[in-house]
Amino acid sequence: MSLATSTITDLRQKLTSREITSRDVLEDLARVIEQKNPDLGAYLGWDLEKALAEAESVDLTLPLGGIPIGIKDNINVLGEPCSCGSRMLAGTYRAPYDAGAISNLRKAGVVPFGRLNMDEFAMGSSTENSALALTRNPHDLSRIPGGSSGGSAAAVAGGIAIATLGSDTGGSIRQPAALCGCVGLKPTYGRVSRYGLVAFASSLDQIGPLTKTVADSALLLNSLCGKDERDSTSLSIPVPDFTAALGRDIKGLRIGLPREYFISGIHAGVSAAVNGAVKKLESLGAIPVEISLPHTDLGVSTYYIIAPAEASANLARFDGVRYGHRSAAATDLLEHYMMTREEGFGPEVKRRILLGTYVLSSGYYDAYYLKAQRARTLIRQDFEAAFAAVDIIVSPTSPAPAHKLGELKDNPLAAYLEDVFTIPVNLAGLPAISLPCGSVQAEGASLPVGIQLISKPLDEMTLLRVADALEHALDQTSGPV
Amino acid sequence: MSAPKIDIHHVAKLARLALTEQEAEHFHAQLTSILSHLDQISSHSLDAEPSAHPTPVYDVMRPDQPQLGLTQDEALMNAPRRVMDQFHIPKVVE
Repeated sequence: MSLATSTITDLRQKLTSREITSRDVLEDLARVIEQKNPDLGAYLGWDLEKALAEAESVDLTLPLGGIPIGIKDNINVLGEPCSCGSRMLAGTYRAPYDAGAISNLRKAGVVPFGRLNMDEFAMGSSTENSALALTRNPHDLSRIPGGSSGGSAAAVAGGIAIATLGSDTGGSIRQPAALCGCVGLKPTYGRVSRYGLVAFASSLDQIGPLTKTVADSALLLNSLCGKDERDSTSLSIPVPDFTAALGRDIKGLRIGLPREYFISGIHAGVSAAVNGAVKKLESLGAIPVEISLPHTDLGVSTYYIIAPAEASANLARFDGVRYGHRSAAATDLLEHYMMTREEGFGPEVKRRILLGTYVLSSGYYDAYYLKAQRARTLIRQDFEAAFAAVDIIVSPTSPAPAHKLGELKDNPLAAYLEDVFTIPVNLAGLPAISLPCGSVQAEGASLPVGIQLISKPLDEMTLLRVADALEHALDQTSGPV
Repeated sequence: MSAPKIDIHHVAKLARLALTEQEAEHFHAQLTSILSHLDQISSHSLDAEPSAHPTPVYDVMRPDQPQLGLTQDEALMNAPRRVMDQFHIPKVVE
């Protein structure tokens, strides 16, 4: 059995007892990546020599000493490519610095290893919008891994990464985790520094872990969080030991079931798996409570106004001057901008830039952007009211299991509507986790189903406590495929 | 609500994107359908203060102290065109 299928917890035990070295882990990992990545397409690249050199000097007494973590290709790691799955940056850009989250992981002894595929600039829910590679679902190679952190999820679930980092703007960690069958956690907005994460929608983006177990997510979160002066939205609040949430009972905790989330239109197999998990929580002593989040129907519209609006401003930086692609055809400055961006961006990015520019443009700002900001307040207030009565909110992560590759490619609106359960969490800045809760049989494949747990802002402890209890009760720790 | 009108060429110019005719047609159709869905929100009267942000963090300042940043070489290392240790851009003034 390859070391690549191990959890962080297991590897740490073997590393500290000197049973193995971090060189063993990296070499084994590189071997299985070379074997399996041609099918999975999870990694865009990896640099074994660089990682081995870094592992030489790593302090094994640190909490994550010697653990290699795969990195989504929109997070800067000093000296490595950071293409964001785009032709705009591929082949030319190398990071001149470490992102805040990477600095924190290095301080804990992590060795960043490998760049993971993603939807271009994190825009998408299938990783099919990557301009660079096709990532496949490890449970059925004819299906999508979800997205935008599809490479991060496929690598963990496919047994070719110990754990990975992703980023989540509207579900981009939780949804691929659900579709691939691993654990994905989006922390409270402001918990983890966004410095060095290539910005998509700055008021929604958050970095988080994708792991094989809830315990591994708690371990990584311990090192990821904390105030970073270089990100003015990062919060100056104490970081608890998240592993203290593990192995505890959940008796008497109130579990909110939003009636707007348990609706027709959800795949029958997904409903059955999620309802089964809710029963399991009940058998552990939790108390189910029906709740209402009345503005849920505004979530998708609100998100697809706010996120493109912020993206259209953020992506203005790709102007062919300081980094990235530059058109060779242009003769004046305006043409230089227009040609550079036309040649460098793919269709989904152009679509969202156009949408964002439109909703911010003169005459439309009040009708769209301002309205969306008001709706955002109402969505947040829905959650505040709900959390007065419950400790945790439960829902499916995605209304359906993994689609076939290409199935939604020509219907962006249908794809957007599938983000219905993950989007409100980002709009309200809440922490949430997706973990495997069952599977659906389809054409001879067993497709994972994910359950989403949502907690109050900054209450990742309760989130992890319930997720860990449920994971053990379901015995669904995602083994390798 | 009637189907929203979007002048795709005007928006593309604002966004500094040189679309091909085929792209313009394609995006026009897609954005019209997406905007019809988004109109769900513009037709609501929403009684709440707008929020730009999920957390109550305002006007964050840091001490105004000089500190090291990227060196000139590091800042220029990814420049598609670099001339005399500067970013090169097309001529702006005659």
